[in-house]
Amino acid sequence: MIRFLIPWFAFIALVVLLAIGLTHNPRDIPSPFIGKAAPEFSLPMLERPTIKFSSVAMKGKVWILNVWASWCVTCRAEHQVWNTLTAMEKINLVGLNYKNEVPEARAWLKQHGNPYLFCVSDIAGQVGIDWGVYAVPETFIIDKQGIVRFKQIGAVTHEVMLEKIMPLVHQLENADATEQKS
Amino acid sequence: MKTLLTLVIFVFMSHVSYARIEVHQFKSQQQEQRYKTLINELRCLVCQNQNLADSNAELAQDLRKKVYNMVMEDKSDKQIHEYMVDRYGDFVLYRPPFKMRTYLLWTGPFLILATGLILLITYIHKRNKNNTVSISEKDRERVSQLLDDITAGDEK
Repeated sequence: MIRFLIPWFAFIALVVLLAIGLTHNPRDIPSPFIGKAAPEFSLPMLERPTIKFSSVAMKGKVWILNVWASWCVTCRAEHQVWNTLTAMEKINLVGLNYKNEVPEARAWLKQHGNPYLFCVSDIAGQVGIDWGVYAVPETFIIDKQGIVRFKQIGAVTHEVMLEKIMPLVHQLENADATEQKS
Repeated sequence: MKTLLTLVIFVFMSHVSYARIEVHQFKSQQQEQRYKTLINELRCLVCQNQNLADSNAELAQDLRKKVYNMVMEDKSDKQIHEYMVDRYGDFVLYRPPFKMRTYLLWTGPFLILATGLILLITYIHKRNKNNTVSISEKDRERVSQLLDDITAGDEK
């Protein structure tokens, strides 16, 4: 009797295994950057291309780098989340305009609102490569020491914002402050 | 007929207009071979089941250019792999390194093979044992009696 049940058990085990596999998002690849120093970059600002912004200037601040482009449809949905958040709270949100022409990017911000402290343009996409960007939009949280603490691949939703991003930003801001006091 | 001809022409023309060939100049054949091997073994992260060589995604084009430049700068395969892994993780390699996270991936097939072999061997053993006919004590005595008779007959 057991002889005939064994293939059934094997089959069910396989189905369970594959079902678990289906619940994973294949795009969520563990980022090698978490816990490591954020790659430095120096890029022209979107609004004033003659001025270059260097990421070194953000040392000592908790900041968020959001990679976006006007050709990216998902960015449009995500943008509303950033607009809502920056209207409520002051955060250091830097936009990395990835592989996008400057006029198009500016027009897009005009149309959809600008939640960013400022944006920099990565027209060639080299900084995108350095940050391991492969699915725009992507979002990184960098702490005061310049270490990447969090990465979101794909659009940030209200849930992710409330449950992950904001608590982490607050925690990083407070934790570092107490460290410096003691 | 005419429509068919136009259709055929359109089909072939569209292929011509879509074909984009990247022309790369190499200093040696060896370099070209290295470039080809590298882009064949690096994964495109946008279309995840394609390698850099096959993918037409913009990121893949950029990364191919990157690999080409690094090959021209005489960077070693290891340096190029490190460049990619630093940015995209082990996932970018079609041949992931052997470590704690991947040991099952590498040893899995051999483990399954070994389990299969063990099951097969025990199965064959069992079957062979079942094939031996069991004899009752009475039969055994009869057999030895008969054998004794035969040998006794030979001696006569």
